[in-house]
Amino acid sequence: MSSDAMAIHQGTDVGSRPWVETLHGWVTTVDHKRLGILYILYALLFLAVAGSEAMIIRIQLMYPHNSFVSPQVFNRIFTMHGTTMVFFVGIPVLFGLANYLVPLMIGARDMAFPRLNAFSFWLTALGGFLLYFSFLGGSGLYGAGNAPDVGWWAYAPLTSRAFSPGHSSDYWTISLLVAGFGSIGTAINIIATILCMRCPGMKLSRMPLLVWLNLVVSGMVLIAITPLSAAQIMLCVDRYLGGHFFDTQAGGSAALWMHFFWIFGHPEVYILILPAFAVLSEVIPVFSRKPMFGYPVMVGATIAIGFISMSVWAHHMFSIGMSSYGNAFFVLTTMAIAVPTGIKIFNWLGTMWGGRIIFKTPMLFCIGFLFNFLIAGLTGIMLGSAAFNWQLTGSYFVVAHFHYTLSGSFLFGIFAAFYYWHPKITGRMLGERLGKLHFWLFFIGFHVCFDLMHIPGLLGMARRIYTYEPGRGWDTLNLLISIGAFIQGIATLIFVANLIISYFKGAKAGNDPWDAWTLEWSVSSPPPAYNFASIPTVASRRPLWDLKHPEDPDSRYE
Amino acid sequence: MSAITTPLPEIPGSSALPYKGRVGMACLIIAESAIFTIFVVAYLYYIGKSLTGPTPREVLETPIFFTVCLLSSSLTIHLASKLLDRGKRGAFLALWFLTIVLGALFMYGTAREWHRLIYEHGLTISTNLFGTTYYSLVGLHAAHVTVGLLMLTIVLLFGLEGRVGREQSARIDVLSMYWHFVDAVWVVVFTVVYVLGR
Repeated sequence: MSSDAMAIHQGTDVGSRPWVETLHGWVTTVDHKRLGILYILYALLFLAVAGSEAMIIRIQLMYPHNSFVSPQVFNRIFTMHGTTMVFFVGIPVLFGLANYLVPLMIGARDMAFPRLNAFSFWLTALGGFLLYFSFLGGSGLYGAGNAPDVGWWAYAPLTSRAFSPGHSSDYWTISLLVAGFGSIGTAINIIATILCMRCPGMKLSRMPLLVWLNLVVSGMVLIAITPLSAAQIMLCVDRYLGGHFFDTQAGGSAALWMHFFWIFGHPEVYILILPAFAVLSEVIPVFSRKPMFGYPVMVGATIAIGFISMSVWAHHMFSIGMSSYGNAFFVLTTMAIAVPTGIKIFNWLGTMWGGRIIFKTPMLFCIGFLFNFLIAGLTGIMLGSAAFNWQLTGSYFVVAHFHYTLSGSFLFGIFAAFYYWHPKITGRMLGERLGKLHFWLFFIGFHVCFDLMHIPGLLGMARRIYTYEPGRGWDTLNLLISIGAFIQGIATLIFVANLIISYFKGAKAGNDPWDAWTLEWSVSSPPPAYNFASIPTVASRRPLWDLKHPEDPDSRYE
Repeated sequence: MSAITTPLPEIPGSSALPYKGRVGMACLIIAESAIFTIFVVAYLYYIGKSLTGPTPREVLETPIFFTVCLLSSSLTIHLASKLLDRGKRGAFLALWFLTIVLGALFMYGTAREWHRLIYEHGLTISTNLFGTTYYSLVGLHAAHVTVGLLMLTIVLLFGLEGRVGREQSARIDVLSMYWHFVDAVWVVVFTVVYVLGR
């Protein structure tokens, strides 16, 4: 790239311009990188909010008969915690990463539909705003704050007018509907970008795995988020037009809502975990100094997960009394999905095997992920067996299991992504010392919290209870779980501090601080607005390896 | 900037990539199909589960004529976009207009049916499960027809100003994909509501 181009880019940066213009620039931007950053910042904001809600839950449950919050407030807090973490942390951060990285990795100058991209982001932003506006508007101006309290799954008949008066559930419904349309818009955009905007030579079989996984995730968003949107429309019809979809008094079925919700809900957890897989598939090869082991198998396993995840939903509903054939079907599909997932774990291990592993913070988070995700998968298989599930469904064992996947796996993957791509996005490295402290504190806090959480579940402690009787053998465990949660909170604060300090004082990154192999590292950090001065041409899966090692390019072997 | 950004090894460009508009619309159609699937499943699941009348057998009449209108509009829009491809703008506009008329006729049919159901049979969305599922499913489809008609009308207005030519034919194709989808959904809705549902 020429120095002129750099100068033009510098000219559009902040600095001399008044802040109103800078703000205007960010609000009206259609640049995929800026929208990616907006998505990520938005997710970080809500991570702080939903994390604080988790702290409130853990303070309340620290001692038996604690009265830190009332039962009503406790219901609102766990509803908001779950809804926020899934829809306004998980989805924005995965779309933020995809937005930022996919065009750079496939050698494109922007997404296929830049304005649709901006529209989708602002829809998602509106969704999050609506959800939190419910604290003010949930009961009009009468109540002193009334957020939704129906759980993030909002089972009927909790959401019927009789049990959920006021507007709190409507804010929940409309918020997820709006955010869902935003997700669909972005998914369409990502698929069109990947299929139509690849640079010359970037065949499907040469795309970085992160791009492949985001293609599959976006396809899943198209057919998994939409059932939720449909169900939300039905709920609106019930609540506002007097419909009877989920009204058992008029012949409607509460179980139908559960089916519709989990047809969305289970693919959703794979929509969240696949982007973390995507991050691992980029970070582990670079920090093991080896190409990805079994690339075609990884792609195949991803597609298999995408398909099978659409047919496992009712393992959330073993206790509602399905036929034994239904139970058996969902047990078998749940067992089946462990196979491609296991293949992935072995492929990452195969990549590390014999490599010269560099234990920098991104790699630490990836290794932590492998460790946590294995256990998450094992408890998942336990819960996927109907007979075992009948004993433990609705207990803290389930809570521990899915926090292992979402906190121990998804969040670890996202943290790895932050440490890995922060230099590209901001031009500065994230501090390695604070990073290692963040990792170890979070890892220890995570295991204190969620390893122990399995035990009260096995002992019979139910989910969603706001307090419990002393002397059931849960007291010490709950205290320790809360301490683990606080350690994770402190670790996250260290991470935020690291972000802020590194933004101003971090070491300059240069184009390619990790000696990596994908196209985003070939441009400056941060990349110029147009990404590539001239559209690159690639000949293998590791274009930058070819460039750095012209004597022994990958293209010779692929 | 270092040597890293020098152009990467040249390889002749591979086969042409698909048009992003078509891919985007195909994705939208997949997403919409999932929404319709959920409504259709709800309709099928609730057939015969209403606790009170009126029932579909008592009040529904099969809208053969309006169905023929909607389905034949798929043919006219297809021919219209073919004609635009060949640069015959006058014939394109005529067939395009005919498509809008056929779509509007279908909407008139739905409006008449709803009017009859509401005023003669007292069936509203809150009467019973049949009302809830019927108005939601047919209404969801009618909403899609309405959106389609709005977009078709916008194209017609541009066309009358002489701004739709062969250069736009790729975009016109994308719009006609949507219209074909709306028609195809009607085949499913028709089968479910007027054939299986009675």
